[in-house]
Amino acid sequence: MSSGTTKLDVTVADVVPVNELVTRFHFRPTSGGLLPTFSGGAHVVVEMREEGKAPRLNPYSLMSSPLDTTEYTISVRRDDAGRGGSLFMHNRVKPGDRMVVSYPVNLFSLDLRAKKHLMIAGGIGITPFVAQTAQLAAEGGNFELHYACRTAALFTYGDLLRERYGKRVHLYHDDRGEKIALDRLLTSQPLGTHLYVCGPAPMIDWVRGRAAALGWPTENVHFEHFSAPQPGKPFDVTLALSGKTIRVGEQQSLLEAIEAAGVDPPYLCRGGVCGQCETNVVSHDGTFLHNDHWLSDEDRASGRKIMPCVSRFEGKSLVLER
Amino acid sequence: MPIEPTIKSRPVYGTLSPQKGTEHLLIADAEGAQAILDLAKAAPEGFFSAAEIVFIPRATGDRYVAALKGLTPARFYEGPSIAAALPRLRQTLATAHVGLRVYLAGTEGLMGQAMQVALEAGIDHSSIQTEHRGSLARRVQCVHCKGITEDVTTQPVTCAHCGLTLFVRDHYSRRLAAFQGVCINAEDRSEQVPVEEAFP
Ligand code: FES
Repeated sequence: MSSGTTKLDVTVADVVPVNELVTRFHFRPTSGGLLPTFSGGAHVVVEMREEGKAPRLNPYSLMSSPLDTTEYTISVRRDDAGRGGSLFMHNRVKPGDRMVVSYPVNLFSLDLRAKKHLMIAGGIGITPFVAQTAQLAAEGGNFELHYACRTAALFTYGDLLRERYGKRVHLYHDDRGEKIALDRLLTSQPLGTHLYVCGPAPMIDWVRGRAAALGWPTENVHFEHFSAPQPGKPFDVTLALSGKTIRVGEQQSLLEAIEAAGVDPPYLCRGGVCGQCETNVVSHDGTFLHNDHWLSDEDRASGRKIMPCVSRFEGKSLVLER
Repeated sequence: MPIEPTIKSRPVYGTLSPQKGTEHLLIADAEGAQAILDLAKAAPEGFFSAAEIVFIPRATGDRYVAALKGLTPARFYEGPSIAAALPRLRQTLATAHVGLRVYLAGTEGLMGQAMQVALEAGIDHSSIQTEHRGSLARRVQCVHCKGITEDVTTQPVTCAHCGLTLFVRDHYSRRLAAFQGVCINAEDRSEQVPVEEAFP
């Protein structure tokens, strides 16, 4: 059993297409009753099991209100180039299906000491904010959301949030040339404001970079960027402690392959951000494909660490301390 | 004399260094001025044109004033006491924006009280720069009458409010920005305890 990842048996209560790319899933506890409480920004790891295939586990932010734990909802953006997790959710999952999800874990929580919460979202990065704004609105919290998307048709929950929170929500359409006036925004916030950003990597880098340049203390800047595990060439790995040699399939993550061999390494996020799955490399002959946001440049250069939830390897041999 | 780092509850003070920011608020008392002058050596072009210096000279008189003004900060305020400077600080922070960086230098009493005002304004304590300079005098709160005695250098000390003889404990409260003073001769108030210079 991995730390903090106790499982929940749930039943799919509803599957709702939101737009061309995004579908929403509602989960209720199979045994009835309420689900464990969570706070805005939390995610669950969803297990996708398909006959004849190794299971895939992907993290998704909870977007339902933390005040209502009769169900959990997640929104999944279809990724046609990914390893099929999102396609499985879109094409296979139907109401009434039983699934397994992890307990919620929050790696992107609100700092409730903040005098104001300034939120910046890009694309499907909106989902944790849907839960956080619900939580804050109930507590009378002060927030402002700036949300950018490619087109009106893809503005997932843009209308809903506008309806709920009015002027506190600002929408920016890329295709209309609307752009967040970031510097103006960052230089006009009252002391005690905390900044939260979730979206594609370039957006996160942009916001964090400008915030640092404009004197935002790192304590006030929060971001979440899950990497989805990427598909890649199959490779072989030797697990030194358990004395096993395994093959990581094209559509499988290294972590999933280790688990399939009956070894249970720790994990929390499965998205390269929490650091839980950090694994020592005993020896290697080849190249690491690091996809995490955890290891430092020195760690990477040393060739002695890998985050198996999202990273891969190409080469002759890889021996891990597992 | 450096501050002993052995008291767990006491904040750890560092060395001021220029931070990235849109505005800079530097607050110092007495020898703390020297910490600002030292920071200035490393400050980038234009740093002081977006800076305000608040200085309480105390016993140093005119010694640092001209040098500080020579840094040509956007605003310079010289105050007679910490107590007089605090309301002004509160006001400055009430209308300030994220991007304002705070630097505190000098006595522990000054840093503690200014820090409190900054925390109330919503600034995270780890983003505030501090540097201890000058006297080791402590700010002491009497646990009996709750009165605060400033600039305590002796052990024990007489509470300025209720007159009890207080032993200054190595227990610092960030909330009060003060050390705790506990009556030392509670059994027999007539007992005389030798007074020593403990926090020069
Ligand atoms: S599980 Fe979080 S970094 Fe790998």
